[in-house]
Amino acid sequence: MTDEAAEVGGEETADEREVAPETLFGMLLTRSHDQLVIHPSRADYPALLEALHDAGYHSVIDLTGVDYLTHPGRSGVPASVTTERFEVVVSMINHRDRSRLRMRIQIPESDPVLASAWMLYPGTEAMERETFDMFGISFDGHPDLTRILMPEDWIGHPLRKDYDVGRIPVQFKGAPENR
Amino acid sequence: MTTTHEAPISTDAPDSLAARTSEGAQQLTSRDVVAAAEGLRELGAVLRVTESEGLKAELEQAPDDETMIINMGPQHPSTHGVLRLMLELRGETVVRCKPIIGYLHTGMERTGEELTYLQGPTNVTRMDYAAPLFTELAFSLTVEKLLEIEVPDRAVWIRMLMTEMNRISSHLLFMATNGMDLGAVSMMLYGWREREEALRFLQEVTGLRMNHNYIRPGGVAADLPDGWRDSVLRLLDMLPERLAQYDTLLNQQPIWRNRLQGIGVITAEECLALGVTGPLLRSTGYDWDLRRDMPYLAFDEVEFEVIVGAYGDCYDRYAIRLAEIHESMKIVRQCLEKMPKGDYRIQDKKVTPPPRARIDESMEALIHHFKIFTEGFKVPEGEAYVSIESPRGELGCYIVSDGSSKPYRMHVRAPSFVNLQTLPHLMHGGLLADGVAIISSVDPILGEVDR
Repeated sequence: MTDEAAEVGGEETADEREVAPETLFGMLLTRSHDQLVIHPSRADYPALLEALHDAGYHSVIDLTGVDYLTHPGRSGVPASVTTERFEVVVSMINHRDRSRLRMRIQIPESDPVLASAWMLYPGTEAMERETFDMFGISFDGHPDLTRILMPEDWIGHPLRKDYDVGRIPVQFKGAPENR
Repeated sequence: MTTTHEAPISTDAPDSLAARTSEGAQQLTSRDVVAAAEGLRELGAVLRVTESEGLKAELEQAPDDETMIINMGPQHPSTHGVLRLMLELRGETVVRCKPIIGYLHTGMERTGEELTYLQGPTNVTRMDYAAPLFTELAFSLTVEKLLEIEVPDRAVWIRMLMTEMNRISSHLLFMATNGMDLGAVSMMLYGWREREEALRFLQEVTGLRMNHNYIRPGGVAADLPDGWRDSVLRLLDMLPERLAQYDTLLNQQPIWRNRLQGIGVITAEECLALGVTGPLLRSTGYDWDLRRDMPYLAFDEVEFEVIVGAYGDCYDRYAIRLAEIHESMKIVRQCLEKMPKGDYRIQDKKVTPPPRARIDESMEALIHHFKIFTEGFKVPEGEAYVSIESPRGELGCYIVSDGSSKPYRMHVRAPSFVNLQTLPHLMHGGLLADGVAIISSVDPILGEVDR
């Protein structure tokens, strides 16, 4: 895994890291169990995606959300980054360098919107829809932001931490009475 | 911002047929109300750079009155579960396609937040029910990464042996269902027959045919039973002959070839843009397999070939899976030779319950056993993503831990979920009858898609 970390990003970024070891593609870099994590802001995200695409990160492997409502003091975020309730986590892969990169983007509760990566990475289409469905985070520029896993008329976003896990009463035939 | 639109079907009367069958905004709507970007997606346009593709899409926007929107599934036998497709047809040709999923959604990621790390594999194993050991492995590797522990060598090799056996059984199941979808019904029986033999071995070791809960954080649940070598060898001796039969039955049969060759073509660029992995990506000639390119377990110590195709069509995807069975058998043979002795799980008291015999004689062991199974073990704060090569592609698990004994967030990157996005592209311009071949060649497992 350390080899993987060393050869990340090609020549250009290797130079960058020597000057300022804390950043990658101009974003704050942290390591989580030898995995590279960068922390772009919402505004940086669209331009960063283009830079990453040019640098050989041709696939968005995974895109998902995390709701930090009950665990606000999370680990692994640099002190200069303002933490928010939601995070969108994007995992990318560079096939040429055989390396991976993960982004953690802070999304405030008051305005849960992020630019869609769909135009550049069409594979994020279903993943963004899932994140919208489960967390209520909207993606600006997404072609069809509807629920994907839950029924169309569902109310609420089930993976939010303040979403009550509902129970549907089940009737058993001949069930014994309460004693 | 969002491009939601009104469904064109009148839903005024609540008990009208239209109202009862309407999918709301998920519906494949008629062209005059569909937004340009959404329409492109339904047409299966992937790369947005060329003008010719835009032009092509524009041309096809033209006559709307010659087409028909029909529904396929979710109970259609060829959709491998409960996949529903809405298709726009011009005659027999598919113009637009929209997969609708979620019929099997049971909130497994939410359930994962309620279960301890030790209980976690019971949950995730039910996602990809044709290759359950892989999801267990991805989950366990992620937890082990967060715990920063290394499992013993024997556990690593047992995991390799078991997952490769599972890959064989999963690909055999594909052989069976792919045959059935294309009308080669005898192939279904043969594929099922051989898969049963593979499952018998898995049952011998884990106690269950499916949903094993065998690979757990810290190692595996039990050591290999006596006589496991004989069982493996019996299977390895039987399979080559049976696979040769498949070759005679399918590869050398012109009908089979004609139904698959040149059907559902996709290129490597399109696969990468869509995040597609596994046999779909390899069928385009793109040489990528996580077992070789980003090795996990001990895959850097075994010899095997990564099978790639050339045309990116249904036939390549079928042939790759058939060849991968041979490669998995190679790996299993090497596991037989190299299987080290030692512990099958880590002897770290924080993670591993005490042996059964100790419980009878030691009060502390009993308390320890009780604590691990009720409260679970605590995992340090942090987050990690670990991925493996499942029979369907890259299977990843992302876990956020808040320092307690349950994951704060557990997300599984399911290869089928991502691979399904190729359907509008693969189906576009093909015949409806080929649609069945295409769904089959993507080999989606709906339990994993919907989670």
